[in-house]
Amino acid sequence: MNVQAPVQADTWTVAGRTFTSRLIVGTGKYKTLEENAAAVEASGAEIVTVAVRRVNVSNPNEPMLTDFIDPKRITYLPNTAGCFNADEAIRTLRLAREAGGWNLVKLEVLGEAKTLYPDMRETLRATETLVKEGFEPMVYCVDDPIAAKQLEEAGAVAIMPLGAPIGSGLGIQNRVTIRLIVEGASVPVLVDAGVGTASDAAQAMELGCDGVLMNTAIAEAKDPVMMARAMKLAVEAGRLAYLAGRMQKRRYADPSSPLAGLI
Amino acid sequence: MTLDGTLQIRINGEHRRVESGISIAELVREIGFDPIRVAVERNLEVVPRSTLAEVQVEDGDDYEIVRFVGGG
Repeated sequence: MNVQAPVQADTWTVAGRTFTSRLIVGTGKYKTLEENAAAVEASGAEIVTVAVRRVNVSNPNEPMLTDFIDPKRITYLPNTAGCFNADEAIRTLRLAREAGGWNLVKLEVLGEAKTLYPDMRETLRATETLVKEGFEPMVYCVDDPIAAKQLEEAGAVAIMPLGAPIGSGLGIQNRVTIRLIVEGASVPVLVDAGVGTASDAAQAMELGCDGVLMNTAIAEAKDPVMMARAMKLAVEAGRLAYLAGRMQKRRYADPSSPLAGLI
Repeated sequence: MTLDGTLQIRINGEHRRVESGISIAELVREIGFDPIRVAVERNLEVVPRSTLAEVQVEDGDDYEIVRFVGGG
């Protein structure tokens, strides 16, 4: 049997675009743009999230992200990180659409600065408006199966529940709700935020998620490029374990060697 | 319009004076950026990139000029 085959054939599709890599990486917090680009390469990611910010009028020659990560090769997913209400998020994405020329975006409307927890009322409102304007929003949200369903009904092209607060690295706090969201969704589900290390990413995939989005876990590792590779392998391993179908858990031991023929 | 014929505008929150009669594309180039690598909002309305060379800067305009940067 060819063990390679399932990985190669195993793609996922969001808003009509098909990808092989199930790992989406952020491009924030890196020491240099070179390190950032090397980490993206090592992660195998085909999509990166990017932010929209004012140009620096006092230094027009500042290096540009696009010089290091080629938007023709890697899909840029503009996000609304830092927006605390629907109007700010919509305004940001209208500009992002003009800057990049694409409708696939990541919506994130935050409730308050300490936890960066999503404001679901504003998130839902923004989703409805964006869909009306022709955007295809992948939406960051709470790990709540009902909220996830409401976003999907509003036209979200992917549901992206948090595993734990943004940048916390605490890992998936509620596996039950993530699994419920996966079971109930008919659009891709990606754990976004909270992943700290490779096992967290594998766990998200074992729960049946279509992908994982992370930034800090790679950018703040001592060796970001090595961690990017670890995350690539973890996402693949978790995906394969999910597809393979894990064994049932037992309360007690079950020997692996035959009992017959014991001396 | 000021007495010397320049226009008073704002770019990313900062006041600036520019010659009258220039287009938004010229304005973007004047501050050192390539119009095809930024997005421009003028008085809260996104200006389509295809029209940047045609739209004239007007006195009192408020611009946001943005680009993609690293983010999560």
